[in-house]
Amino acid sequence: MLSQEERQTIEEELSHYEVPHAVIIDALKAIQRHRGWVSNDALADLSEFLGVTVHELDSIATFYSQIYRRPVGRHVIRVCDSASCFVMGYESIRDRVFAELGIEFGETTPDGRFTLLPNPCLGACDHAPVLLVDQDLHEDVRPEAVRDLLADYQ
Amino acid sequence: MTITEKVDGMETPLTGNIRDDGTVLNLKEYERVGGYRALRRALRELAPEEVTKAVTDADLRGRGGAGFPTGKKWSFVDMSDQARHPKYLVANADEMEPSTFKDRFLMEGDPHQLIEGMILSAYAIGARYAYVFLRASYFRPARRLREAIAEAYAAGYLGGDILGSGYQLDLYLHISAGRYICGEETALLTALEGRRSIPRSKPPYPQVSGLWGRPTVVNNVETLCNVPHIVDKGSQWYRNLGRGQDAGTKLYGMSGKVNRPGLWELPMGASAREILEEHAGGMRAGHRLTALQPGGASSGFLAPEHLDVPMDFSSMGHTGTRLGTGTILAIDDQVCPVALIRNLEHFFAQESCGWCTPCREGLPFVERILTAIENGEGQADDLDRLHDYTRFLGPGNTFCAHAPGAMEPLETGLKIFGDVFERHITEGRCSWRH
Amino acid sequence: MATIFIDGRPFEVDGDKDLLDQCLSLGFDLPYFCWHPALGSVGSCRQCAVKQFKDENDTEGQIVMACMTPASDGTRISIDDPEARRFRAGIVELLMTNHPHDCPVCDEGGECHLQDMTVMTGHNYRDYRFNKRTFRNQDLGPFLNHEMNRCITCYRCVRFYQDYAGGTDLVAMASKNHIYFGRHGDGALENEFSGNLVEVCPTGVFTDKSLKAHYTRKWDLQTAPSVCVHCGHGCNILPGERYDSLRRVRNRYNGRVNGYFICDRGRYGYEFVNGDHRIREARLRDADEDRPAQPAALEAVMTRIGGLLRAGRVLGVGSPRATLEANFALRSLVGAENFCSGVAAQGDALNREVLGILRAGPAPTATLPDLEKADAVLVLGEDVANTAPRLALALRQSVRQHGLELADRLKIPRWQDAAVREAAGADLSPLFLATPVSTRLEDIASATRYGPTADIARLGFAVAHGLDGNAPAVNGLPEADRQWIDDVIAALAGARRPLVVSGTGCGDRDVLRAAANVATALARRNAATRLSLVTAECNSLGLAMLDPRPLELAVSAGQDRDLDTLVVLENDLFRRLPRQTADALLSAAAHVITVDCIDHDTVARSEVVLPAAAFSESEGTLVNSEGRAQRFYKSNLAAHPIQESWRWLQAMAAVSGGVETIDWHSLDDVTAQCAALSDELAAITEAAPPASQRVVHLRIPRQSHRYSGRTAMHAAATLHEPIPHRDLDSPLSFSMEGYLGEPAPALIPRFWAPGWNSIQSLNKFQSEVAGALVGGDPGRRLLEPGGDGRYFDQIPAPFKPSKGQWRVVPLYHVFGSEPLSALSPPLRSRTPDPYLAIGPEDARRLGVKDGSTLQVGALDGRSLTVRLQPALARGMVGVPVGLPGLAQEALPEWTTLQGGDGS
Repeated sequence: MLSQEERQTIEEELSHYEVPHAVIIDALKAIQRHRGWVSNDALADLSEFLGVTVHELDSIATFYSQIYRRPVGRHVIRVCDSASCFVMGYESIRDRVFAELGIEFGETTPDGRFTLLPNPCLGACDHAPVLLVDQDLHEDVRPEAVRDLLADYQ
Repeated sequence: MTITEKVDGMETPLTGNIRDDGTVLNLKEYERVGGYRALRRALRELAPEEVTKAVTDADLRGRGGAGFPTGKKWSFVDMSDQARHPKYLVANADEMEPSTFKDRFLMEGDPHQLIEGMILSAYAIGARYAYVFLRASYFRPARRLREAIAEAYAAGYLGGDILGSGYQLDLYLHISAGRYICGEETALLTALEGRRSIPRSKPPYPQVSGLWGRPTVVNNVETLCNVPHIVDKGSQWYRNLGRGQDAGTKLYGMSGKVNRPGLWELPMGASAREILEEHAGGMRAGHRLTALQPGGASSGFLAPEHLDVPMDFSSMGHTGTRLGTGTILAIDDQVCPVALIRNLEHFFAQESCGWCTPCREGLPFVERILTAIENGEGQADDLDRLHDYTRFLGPGNTFCAHAPGAMEPLETGLKIFGDVFERHITEGRCSWRH
Repeated sequence: MATIFIDGRPFEVDGDKDLLDQCLSLGFDLPYFCWHPALGSVGSCRQCAVKQFKDENDTEGQIVMACMTPASDGTRISIDDPEARRFRAGIVELLMTNHPHDCPVCDEGGECHLQDMTVMTGHNYRDYRFNKRTFRNQDLGPFLNHEMNRCITCYRCVRFYQDYAGGTDLVAMASKNHIYFGRHGDGALENEFSGNLVEVCPTGVFTDKSLKAHYTRKWDLQTAPSVCVHCGHGCNILPGERYDSLRRVRNRYNGRVNGYFICDRGRYGYEFVNGDHRIREARLRDADEDRPAQPAALEAVMTRIGGLLRAGRVLGVGSPRATLEANFALRSLVGAENFCSGVAAQGDALNREVLGILRAGPAPTATLPDLEKADAVLVLGEDVANTAPRLALALRQSVRQHGLELADRLKIPRWQDAAVREAAGADLSPLFLATPVSTRLEDIASATRYGPTADIARLGFAVAHGLDGNAPAVNGLPEADRQWIDDVIAALAGARRPLVVSGTGCGDRDVLRAAANVATALARRNAATRLSLVTAECNSLGLAMLDPRPLELAVSAGQDRDLDTLVVLENDLFRRLPRQTADALLSAAAHVITVDCIDHDTVARSEVVLPAAAFSESEGTLVNSEGRAQRFYKSNLAAHPIQESWRWLQAMAAVSGGVETIDWHSLDDVTAQCAALSDELAAITEAAPPASQRVVHLRIPRQSHRYSGRTAMHAAATLHEPIPHRDLDSPLSFSMEGYLGEPAPALIPRFWAPGWNSIQSLNKFQSEVAGALVGGDPGRRLLEPGGDGRYFDQIPAPFKPSKGQWRVVPLYHVFGSEPLSALSPPLRSRTPDPYLAIGPEDARRLGVKDGSTLQVGALDGRSLTVRLQPALARGMVGVPVGLPGLAQEALPEWTTLQGGDGS
């Protein structure tokens, strides 16, 4: 069952579209905001509410990189790995984050604190290299600053 | 965020009102500097066709990378009684082209400029609904747009009977869930419909069959931001802002190892040299420019000898590359070109939607060859292979422009840095690694 | 017509089609993957690249995709252009980068479109030296294997499954080169057309699981043109046999009947032929013995038969699942006055009603193209998704007419499938349903009425009256129905090609008559009106055309103790009659002789049992619901003593002293005699060429020219090369020898062409892609109404629930309701257990819910599990027809119920 809040969010978004199917991406994101990730149960709940099959939902969910179909940590780190950040030292940042956390891209720390992912250009190229932790954009990141940066996220 | 320099004597309509401290212009502040004046006049005095004419006469061209004349795009929308309704206007705010950061600046700094541009454009094509299709991960633009939309509704600029004109428009913010291909206009519409973001073949064009099969126009954020100014000050004024063949101003940016990476609104046709040396402060000490990408990852490399070419749509074509988004990546001599191109192709391969064969299977093949070369495992005929793929994945051979875009840096890179590739292969290692 | 230039030569083409379609229709070998004749063009695979030139001076040209380019007048292309060839080879190379080297162990090998296209483009050297992506497969149920590593991401599977067939549980997942076609989780694919994926998939991702259990390469199969015997639609099929076992069934194209697709019941129901329920020997018991007959020497059995047929009153019971010739043979044996239909009274009356309506006209029955092009449809009473799945699939295409017309207005070519569907959105042509229970067509229906059949009939009569005031009016209609009726009238009246669909399934003669009235009213003003009346079995209509006596003749003969011997042809009386009636009849007959291919309760009660050949071991003529006579042929000889029913009946005539008219040398003799019965039947001889036909003195081989092992396979029995059996009943041979070209369409034993080993070779057999087979689609329509039609004027009274009783509604299941296919193991796991369907109101009043049990009085107090059916009206219960465990087809009209908490 979707929670009251989830339902309200989705219903609000539904009013934006001529065809209800369009709300699916918004709905998946809403569920993810509440539950952290989109599990099979979450798909079943959404399927029940929207009247769309779990197959169709999975087809859409698995296409989009920001919908998590596996559990994620309390915080999701997204390191920009596109051209400008690459020129400005992305690889050292990446290696430092790997070293600090002991995990690589696609993995979650054993304590469930961080999931680490690469991300295409975050649109802050004049302050490269950049990375996102949850909704916080960190710009002009230096390798030596990584540890303190991560320390803020428990 | 980024602070633009106010360059003396130059008009900067798009960014002139954006504050240095990064705070947003709210509705009252926007109105105080002349905001919504164009909209008021248009709804009072102009027919939709006249708005289109103004934009056409101003020679506004799309700022998303393709440079298609905006007025012409709008003119393909059926304005007769037989038109299918509702019609849609969509702002493409899916800015994910690597090295591009101009639309973010506009949305964060002056969201009402975009909104006014959207309302005017929607009015011109007879749209009943408008969407901002915003990429994921742009959290601050999302917040500011949401607030601005609410303000606009409260002030009566959106909703029913806008300013007593009888025109009705609802405008919604839709935030994507990732995937670069959503920036392709037809794939964007499909994503907006809540489906997998696969591009559509054209014809039929979105103006004929777009969102849910209805007439739809998709314009880039920067393009739309120009519209209020054109309506306000006129087509002639707009044309005069440009330096060369193309009209208006352009947000140019620069990233890479320059002294002052940033974003500047300059007359259309400013040169790369001007941007690099006068605004970005030149290359950092100890770094030499080897090439630059003028407008995002899918633009071909520009060799340093072309720095003086005007960066507009018409002139850039002769250099073997294109203006694209106009946000430049400066590549310095400590960056291995092979590694950089591999990084670019990794991006393109990763972001393939998976619909057509050459892109879906060809881009990973290309990426793997580049990885092999970078790791010193390149084979003698790998360069022939890469060269063949730059042709094979060309325009018309693939379903959309994604793979052809991926081939632009590869093709130009092979030309400009051919010797570097050769050495990687013959030496069996990367001698550029720093 | 348009003129295009291909490599400099001019060709006349259909300018409304795309270049790939027209090049293939012209016979060019242009490779493709994502394009499919039934699915249109989407342009994703990029395989069909050709070079297009602006004019005769343009020497550069540019690569375009043939499937996405209109074949418009003046178009100039080159297929042979070197750059285009390199491009096409390059596409195959890219598709092969991840493709496993599975050919030797892949089921698709030998009929694989990917293999064919790879050879055709000339790509043969693997340049890709990196790792391949791999997937985990899913368990998709008993019909399909799943091997995703082979996928070339052509998207055909999901386009067929979702867009064409309306399925929802097969989807594309992920992106880039990780695209995965599957379900959210393991599980049997729900759509009843899932089996077509084995033909739609151009490689070996989806293959036939039933075939894998006893795998055989395509070239090693012995095949002959056949017709599906599992419902009345009559889809054409190609069974394939090897080592005396039936290996698989594939679709056989017939542009007028089934086109490119068959349902899963037809594809997977064949295993009954190989199964334990087959009768494989003649059996005998003493007349007064109680136990079932036991295997006995054929001579003894025939002697007994001879004796029985010479003495006393002999009645014959025919069968709607037996051929015209078999039924006719029985009729000849026992005499017309002693020949009973093998359908219970009610069903028999309904079949006659159908025949009467179709004979009177004026609306002709719908062919497949008629169904698919109908632009307004009314379905009265029939659950077509379960009783005639292929027809339901066609209706699913028909509702696209609005969208296609919109595409025309927007100047989007009809073949540009994605663009047409995008523009059309959910805008469908009108399709109205009035049925007793929910069908699977609700997702495409404009408006639906659920209700008892009497009320459905009244709705139909009202629609007819609204279309033509001469049709009788209906009084006392509920206001709530008014809107629906008006909408239906408006839609049908405004349509260019209106269609009325009904059938015998709901068991109510008035529904048929109402449908007839609607069709008559429409046809009087619109000659394009079509009528489809679904009959239950593969030869229901054919049997009715033989004008048998009612089955009640046998029942009352039994009651009057005036029945000595009953000869039952391919039928189980316990399915046809209430248990007690069947029991009494079989007891009353002193002797029972049954000829059938499978064991059942009637066989168990019979004194003499003769083993009949199944469809793949037999030949004959069947008349489908459309009224089309179709001939099918055996793929292989059955093991002795199994033989065709008509031959058994001929043998029975011989031992009983001979019947003057029974002097048949081959099937054609029987067919000809049957054809002489009436003008209507006369044309059945035209359903196929005579057995004597040859092409340049050659027969048509049932075996491909690559068939292997023909001598080795019998080496254990004998080293001598056996002489192939001479087929007296067809122009086909049981060997590889014969005419290797394209024979008459009714005789096509397989689809193959040089370089086209897969089913895509079908393009070569059609006059144009997706059109009729060259020489015309097989079969012969027997019913062309010439009359003006007449209105039925007896309007039934509205349904009144009866206190303490419930009206029984028959329910049908694709998997389970038909007795032969129900025995096939792949279908068994998809067959529901018997149940009782109740509507929500009655469930409340009775105090039951899903899973409760109730005792059904009219079924001898049988206990059934309750299933809620939201559409069932008060006072009605649904009983599934023919399911194993509840096989009775003749359901009572009313029943009491015991057991719930509220009763």
